[in-house]
Amino acid sequence: MTGTAPHPAAAALANRHRIGLCEPIPWILLLAFYFVFPRYLGFGVELLTMILFALSLDLALGYAGIVTLGHAAFFGTGAYTVGMLAKHGIWNEPISSLLLAALAAAAIGFASGRVLLRTSGLTLLMLTLCTMALLEEAANLGQAYTGGFDGLDNVPIPPLFGLFEFSPLFPKVQYLYCLGVLFICFLFVRTLVYSPFGQSLTGIRENTLRMHAVGAPVDARLVTCYTISAALAGIAGGLWAQSNAYVNLSTLGLDRAATVLIILVLGGYGRLYGAFIGAVAYLALSHFLAKLYPTAWQLGLGLLLVLIALFARNGIIGLYDRIAASLRPKRAPP
Amino acid sequence: MSTPLLETRRLSINFGALVATRNVDFKLGVGARHALIGPNGAGKTTLINLLTGVLKPTAGQVLFKGSDITTVAQAERVKLGIARTFQINRLFRGLSVLENVCIAIAERLGVAPHMFKPAGRRQEVVDEAMALLETLKLANDASHRIAELPYGRQRLVELAITLGLKPDVLLLDEPAAGVPSTESHIILDAVAALPREIGVLIIDHDMDLVFRFAERITVLVGGAVFAEGTPKEIAANPDVRAIYLGQAGHG
Repeated sequence: MTGTAPHPAAAALANRHRIGLCEPIPWILLLAFYFVFPRYLGFGVELLTMILFALSLDLALGYAGIVTLGHAAFFGTGAYTVGMLAKHGIWNEPISSLLLAALAAAAIGFASGRVLLRTSGLTLLMLTLCTMALLEEAANLGQAYTGGFDGLDNVPIPPLFGLFEFSPLFPKVQYLYCLGVLFICFLFVRTLVYSPFGQSLTGIRENTLRMHAVGAPVDARLVTCYTISAALAGIAGGLWAQSNAYVNLSTLGLDRAATVLIILVLGGYGRLYGAFIGAVAYLALSHFLAKLYPTAWQLGLGLLLVLIALFARNGIIGLYDRIAASLRPKRAPP
Repeated sequence: MSTPLLETRRLSINFGALVATRNVDFKLGVGARHALIGPNGAGKTTLINLLTGVLKPTAGQVLFKGSDITTVAQAERVKLGIARTFQINRLFRGLSVLENVCIAIAERLGVAPHMFKPAGRRQEVVDEAMALLETLKLANDASHRIAELPYGRQRLVELAITLGLKPDVLLLDEPAAGVPSTESHIILDAVAALPREIGVLIIDHDMDLVFRFAERITVLVGGAVFAEGTPKEIAANPDVRAIYLGQAGHG
């Protein structure tokens, strides 16, 4: 390509990180939710924390290809950090507590990642599961600190900025607070994904051997990614603890780890908005299915997952892409 | 002769009882055009894996520009200037051709760990990648995903990625393997047009290519060096003809 006009491929790459036309839509919807469904804000808070949690998993699983079934380890670490510090009267200012939750989760992520990420496939999957189980058992046994099986309730959370009271009955403050935190974390992930670092993570996912052969320090990159992902999951867990004012073993359980994985698969992994679409689809579906068939609602969810796995390999976003691509007229070759 | 770029001294590796590489002494000079031939299972790819650090030798040494790199890890050797292609494509299939090359160049320039400025805005990386694709006549495919390309063009991307590493030594493991003969000349032209300062070691079964391209040939048999010399000497060596060229239908 001579002259000043960049090659279309280079131009496409240079503009890829630009904000797309559809990108404000989820944010407008999330904000609209606050006004339209004031009675469902508790559900909304749950939704926002799950989106953030799924986003953190997407970074590790969707972008870097780290197969994990133990991501709740970091969610729980964050939740317990916030809960224990507040309950034992050590520290409870909301925003700095979240940062501490991120730090604690990042520390666990870094320490476990250094060992785990030397493995791959099934071994890695089992080791992530084990890490989570160990933490869960530690939380169960450390009753004096963690409240054991019962967890910690009535965790005192002071007003945000000293002004806005967290109320369990009318979680307006919680909702906007979670939305704000999610937005900041999302901007961070979005920047990361389009950066050279993010590109190299995609490279590792697409072909690890080739990344070694281009001289990339693959293990160090994966540990960095895993640590960041853990920190974000820790923030999600911290938010959950703050908005519910309690912490229990469910934050560290396999149930939660599996749910977030399902959400990501449902929405579409390796895609920035997969976490959003998956979380909305999952929580809305389980909500309505549970109303329709209180005894067998999980059956409906299971069937949907089977359909997604069979026919929409990249979740709802992937399905949308395929339909959009088949409707678009084919470009004639130059 | 000055210090060779890449050298092995009595290099050996065993897989259990199997000796895959046996006391190999091998030298690759600056700007060399060297071919490595031998029957299937002779240990050609194993030798490349030893040179690039994928495998650790059981005994012997690997030297690069005179210094011992036997214990240096694979990624570090790439940074020193040793690059390779694979016998079977190892590409980032879901990404565009341009991105494939950008990833390699970003690693070489040390840009890859950066987390903020978008990758597509790293002008130095993208420009260099486009220029490289231009020289390999791949520019028209730059925006295509690897999975959309015919195999022959994928092989060219394999070459483009390694050239993006600006290596001093390039190890080509059957660059035209799997490419239909109607397309293979594209690969061979690209190999022939490689910058003269790169020392090239090529493995291939295509004797026409080997004898046209190579200025020196090493014949491996059973993991050991069986013969080494100029193409003329190798072609005239009756033992080689008996053991190898005869089988390949050149005798």
